[in-house]
Amino acid sequence: MKFMLMMHAPRGNGDYQTNTWKPEEFRAHIQFMKDLNEDLREAGELVGAEGLAPPGQARIVRSYGADRPEVTDGPFAEYKEFLVGYWIVDVESAERAYAIAAKASTAPGPGGKALGIKIEVRQVMSAPPDSL
Amino acid sequence: MKTTGEHLLRELAPQVLGAVVRRYGDFAAAEDAVQEALTAAAFQWPRAGVPENPRAWLIHVAARKLTDAIRSEAARRRREAKIVLETPPEETMVPPPDEAPVEGDDTLTLLFMCCHPALSRPSAIALTLRAVGGLTTSEVASAFLVPEATMAQRISRAKQSIKSSGVAFAMPPPGERNESWGAVLHVLYLIFNEGYAASSGKAHQRVDLSGEAIRLARAAHGLLPDNSEASGLLALMLLTDARRAARSGPNGEIVPLDEQDRSLWDKDAIAEGVRLATDAMTRGAAGSYLLQAAIAALHDEAARADDTDWAQIVALYCMLMRMSDNPMIALNHAVAVAMAEGPAKGLALLEKIDRDPRIQGHYRLDAVRAHLLERSGKVAAALPYYEAAAEKTASIPERNYLLLKIARHRSE
Repeated sequence: MKFMLMMHAPRGNGDYQTNTWKPEEFRAHIQFMKDLNEDLREAGELVGAEGLAPPGQARIVRSYGADRPEVTDGPFAEYKEFLVGYWIVDVESAERAYAIAAKASTAPGPGGKALGIKIEVRQVMSAPPDSL
Repeated sequence: MKTTGEHLLRELAPQVLGAVVRRYGDFAAAEDAVQEALTAAAFQWPRAGVPENPRAWLIHVAARKLTDAIRSEAARRRREAKIVLETPPEETMVPPPDEAPVEGDDTLTLLFMCCHPALSRPSAIALTLRAVGGLTTSEVASAFLVPEATMAQRISRAKQSIKSSGVAFAMPPPGERNESWGAVLHVLYLIFNEGYAASSGKAHQRVDLSGEAIRLARAAHGLLPDNSEASGLLALMLLTDARRAARSGPNGEIVPLDEQDRSLWDKDAIAEGVRLATDAMTRGAAGSYLLQAAIAALHDEAARADDTDWAQIVALYCMLMRMSDNPMIALNHAVAVAMAEGPAKGLALLEKIDRDPRIQGHYRLDAVRAHLLERSGKVAAALPYYEAAAEKTASIPERNYLLLKIARHRSE
């Protein structure tokens, strides 16, 4: 079963302002993520993982077909949180996906404390159908 | 398109692996060496021709690769791997006469090893496809739409689990054999199911997992021809796969049995499946694969959906329910009862299933309720359940079927 684990960060929460972290705190955070990805790869569970550029560089593009597409520059003040990265994992059960998410959530922040990052877990639609 | 050479390689893979493991003992290293030999053959045979004794050729090349690997490993560790190097590769070129009769046993032993309960099911599936099915890592990876490196890691993890749990290359003791055989059949069943998901979706480039599962189930049945569950599983696969051409619509949605164009069904596969199931049914106690095959046979034998022998199907589901307390079977039984005795009877049975925590929130419960309400003429009442089911399913063909159904009702 495949799941997408989406890591959300709240806007304006001090702990998530990585530019205020000490170098060793930042390094510990990066190392944590690297180790996690390596563990998932070694377990044969990692399908893909990416971190996303900050929302300040984001654009929202919309088109209704006829006119030129509408492009809005980020950051988007109405969003209370934003997606900072994701994993796609192929695992034996939903419980395993939750366990990976729980682990990712403990990534260290300032003072080496677990950030408790919010991870949204969604199943990828690749299950076999039951015939009706 | 598969070439004859590819078929031959996949057939030979478990025999070659069995011979190499018995000779050298190290399953993990032997499995790697056999993969390399298969790759070499896939490259060389189309150019230089298939050797006279392809099995001996593969064993010879695999043995040489293994010896090389052990030699370099030994050099790296600065020690001698005496026992293995004592056998010159030349001697492995032609298998001794005593090897031939145990070929079947080797494949069986490999199946037991690869499907061992110590492995996670995804690992067992991957290892079975590679070590017994003779597929390459990249074929297995693409079949499951995961990166090749991830699949390689999953396979090597599986081999580590075998090593660390001390599973030997030997038949399980008689007392455990039934349970182990159940695990083997379950893995083959899971591979078939994965294929069912893939074939009704996109990705036409992927290995036909259902076809591979049928091939492996055929081998399993050939190894234990009197085992009624092996016959039942092969029959179930054939009878289900027979409907492949008819079961998805132009938008990749599921076409339910009663709407399928039955002229598209594979008559040869049905005939074979029915024959297997019938033979096995006369051999004594029927297990769950055989009962499911018997149900599939009743569907496949009906010329029109209206001709389906639902009373018989109800009886078979009752037998399945007595064998295992599984809410999915109870749900299928409710559908069969609704078809045989009217939707009200089926809906009444759902009340009890509703209380089973194991199936709560499962889309299929909503889908069945919607279906039975619709059959009772209560379309308005059915729609919210169709919607709930469409929201919960993790299968795209299933969701597309449900959404199209909702859309058709709304536009009526």
